[in-house]
Amino acid sequence: MKDIITHLDKAFDNRIRLGVMSMLVVNDWVDFTTLRDQLEVSDGNLASHLKALEKEEYIGLRKQFIGRRPNTSYQATELGRKAFSAHLAYLEQLIALQKD
Amino acid sequence: MTKETIPPLEQLRDIRRMMERTSKFIGLSGLSGIGAGVFALVGALFAYLYMAVAGGGSYGDALQYWPAGGHPWGWSPLEFFVLDAVFVLAGALSSGVYFTTRRARRKGQAIWDALTRRLLVNLGIPLAAGGVFCLALYYHGAVGWVAPATLIFYGLALINGSKFTLDEVLYLGIMELVLGLVGMFFIGWGLLLWAIGFGVLHIVYGVVMYLKYEQSV
Repeated sequence: MKDIITHLDKAFDNRIRLGVMSMLVVNDWVDFTTLRDQLEVSDGNLASHLKALEKEEYIGLRKQFIGRRPNTSYQATELGRKAFSAHLAYLEQLIALQKD
Repeated sequence: MTKETIPPLEQLRDIRRMMERTSKFIGLSGLSGIGAGVFALVGALFAYLYMAVAGGGSYGDALQYWPAGGHPWGWSPLEFFVLDAVFVLAGALSSGVYFTTRRARRKGQAIWDALTRRLLVNLGIPLAAGGVFCLALYYHGAVGWVAPATLIFYGLALINGSKFTLDEVLYLGIMELVLGLVGMFFIGWGLLLWAIGFGVLHIVYGVVMYLKYEQSV
């Protein structure tokens, strides 16, 4: 058997980053406010986690103006999607191991 | 395991919750289905009485030849059916909004977000088209086709919107659509099928959803 993932992806070792990725893989674009409200976190906290995911190039962002208010939306990149499904596979393996 | 790591099962649960929360609108209460069904049945009963009083058996034909204002209740068919439709619509919408906001508040969920908007837009487009279509039917005097046409467009709207909500909505939509299509062939049954589609099916749907998703909560 191939070991696809042998280590934990550090980017997902956090509930907020995991939550962000979960939402982005099933939605096209999600704006900052929606992410914040769904995850029930503060602006600053979310921003720092988004920055981390951005640095990994797992998510992309788009800045727009709605009226005169700036609005930032996020989208999962191809790399992010791959990393996320790899992480899911990793979780599966862990659970399978625990069962044995 | 390292100190920070979240247990895998818990992670999966989190992931699933987040995915569902943002991609599916799950707030619609089953009680609102029951409410809408009851209003539809009352509306259908009014329509039945209206036609019975006028002495029309197969109302599809009868309506076409009715002179406006010749009804004992003093309302022309157009006036009556518009009033009746407004009554049913207002009742169904207010019970839907009431029970859904109540449920969302209890569960601490946001109701008005991008997802709700997307769901409403997807429901609204076929419904608006259906509304105009029915007005055109009425305009051309094909009154008997209005009831099945509302079922068809309503079914299509549900099928379209079901992508953003629970699967049961898809099945409800298919049943409404089939009823409507049957109704197109049997014009005289229009009101009965309409009562089944908007009344009985909504109540059944509401009860099923309530028992399945809400009772345990």
